Amino acid sequence: MRFFIPQDTTALACGAEAAAHALQAAGIEPVRNGSRGMFWLEPLLEVETEQGRLGFGPVSSKDIPSILDALEADASAHSLYLGDVEKIAYLASQQRLTYARAGLGDPVCLDNYQTLKGFKGLKNALSLTGQQIVDQVKDSGLRGRGGAAFPAGIKWQTVLNCDSDQKYIVCNADEGDSGTFADRLVMEADPYQLIEGMTIAGLAVGATQGYIYLRSEYPVAHKLLNIAIERAVEANFLGENIQGSGQTFHLEVRLGAGAYICGEETSLLESLEGKRGMVRAKPPLPAIEGLFGKPTVVNNVLTLAAISTILEQGAETYQNFGMGRSRGTLAIQLAGNIKRGGLIELAFGVTLREVVEDYGQGTYSGRPIRAIQVGGPLGAFLPESQWDTPMDYEAFAAIKAMIGHGGIVVFDDTADMAAQARFAMEFCVVESCGKCTPCRIGSVRGVEVIDRIVANEDRDNNLILLHDLCDTMELGSLCAMGGMTPFPVRSALAHFINDFTGEGKGDN
Amino acid sequence: MGISQNEQQSISDLVDQYKDLPGALLPLLHAIQGEVGYVPDSAVATIALGLNLSRAEVHGVVSFYHDFKTHPVGRNTVQICRAEACQAMGSRELEAHAKAALGIDYHETTADGNITLEPVYCLGNCACSPSVRVNDDIVARVDSARFNELVANLGGSQ
Repeated sequence: MRFFIPQDTTALACGAEAAAHALQAAGIEPVRNGSRGMFWLEPLLEVETEQGRLGFGPVSSKDIPSILDALEADASAHSLYLGDVEKIAYLASQQRLTYARAGLGDPVCLDNYQTLKGFKGLKNALSLTGQQIVDQVKDSGLRGRGGAAFPAGIKWQTVLNCDSDQKYIVCNADEGDSGTFADRLVMEADPYQLIEGMTIAGLAVGATQGYIYLRSEYPVAHKLLNIAIERAVEANFLGENIQGSGQTFHLEVRLGAGAYICGEETSLLESLEGKRGMVRAKPPLPAIEGLFGKPTVVNNVLTLAAISTILEQGAETYQNFGMGRSRGTLAIQLAGNIKRGGLIELAFGVTLREVVEDYGQGTYSGRPIRAIQVGGPLGAFLPESQWDTPMDYEAFAAIKAMIGHGGIVVFDDTADMAAQARFAMEFCVVESCGKCTPCRIGSVRGVEVIDRIVANEDRDNNLILLHDLCDTMELGSLCAMGGMTPFPVRSALAHFINDFTGEGKGDN
Repeated sequence: MGISQNEQQSISDLVDQYKDLPGALLPLLHAIQGEVGYVPDSAVATIALGLNLSRAEVHGVVSFYHDFKTHPVGRNTVQICRAEACQAMGSRELEAHAKAALGIDYHETTADGNITLEPVYCLGNCACSPSVRVNDDIVARVDSARFNELVANLGGSQ
């Protein structure tokens, strides 16, 4: 009988280590798997039996003896018994491509990865030309999952077309948006998938060096990625002459240093070069002059992970998921004040309400939901009238919101939306790279103006001024940091003005 | 505050070890901070010389990133997540409690040198907020009582 206790950040943060020690004390060595992404059940203990993998959760160390007793008699009688984990509706109803392997086994075990169809995409890619690989990516309809949703195949074609002695693949793993953990879950639950996707990208465009730019706030992912890379090199899935193909791809993890702006691709490249993370003006595009001035593919973790699926299952299979111009699956991350938070992978098109009510089951506090922020700190706060919007890049853009990296943060009715608008500006003060004035100074003035509005100092004129300031930031900033900080501010003004004027909680 | 001969030597050794790496500065600064606990002012000239940069460039990088410290910090670092998902679960109250309980503000260190308190913007544990990082361990669903426990486990004189 095999036992599984996850080793991902959330499971550890909820006490997985103590639960694992309790199992060891009982003479059982658990497999340290990745998380399934059902975070409200962490630490989730799974026991492999003839009836499938039975779940118990959330477990603490003191539950272990009674669970072991129950397994001898009637497991279903235990109060934490969840039944077959794969039949839990939250998981069973998902359309998992990127997260199909998450939680099944030890994330850094190469044999486990290969048993679960790992490196099949790479093997397929090794028999194709660079152009054929790029064509598959184009046909899949894959758009960048970092937030900007730029078609990945077009970016790759640009890099492929460049004539250069050196090209780079850079993975943007600086997942700084609050409410997001999809990249982390890939890196902690299935790191080889990212390694495979990056290697395929290298083959496609002719790049021999890759970097994963990982945020320093992810120590567990850092440890697991380094182990995975070391083992992939030993097994010749990375390095010189990959699997006897004559092709080369080297990969290295580089740690960020706590700057949110380094999630912006040009700032990230500056940081990788060892400089301040100052945003670059475009053009030149990074695809033409990127890292160290060379043609560079910069893609998010999820984009590169999806490449493994596309090359394994074919562009058409991937393309068959989704709606409109948003193809494939979206990694939705349900967070904040939510009863059942976690990772939900679904084809584009599910509505926000379905995610929050059906999967999330409402707030953790049990109070009514007041606002939902989608797409990180630069995303709009959506009032209930907008929760029936389908999760699709274009549908969200149409209501002046964005899907971004797919993070959803739920607030209950105690939230003060004026305070949240102020925080959006304050965050921009702390995290602006400082290169352009609308972002650097505008954010500071934004905090001040919001304070005056709330304090009822010449409120009407200050409201006009705040809108003016938002225009300046939106139109005059160099990148999305200053350009989109007004989104949460304006949505708070549009839908929750009473929080600014102190006229009670009645939303407009 | 000066640094010891040994620390100066290990900084020089690290510069030698990293200087040929493409984009060496961030990995080098992380390594120095890992060894010494912070990036001393006196290291800037050594780094600049080794990497063929100006001292202003090195200083500019050290000061740009939140992670790099230019003075000694506590034996333990406690970070409280200030980002939206944690705010939705009461991190503003947790911040106020933490500052009052430790008697320090953000970026300060307790008088006994045990704990430095820092803000952080997202630890990626947003489904089980509020989150706190104690050194390299991330802890979920931290309320005031849980915070007190975490601090008590770190010893010190409080």
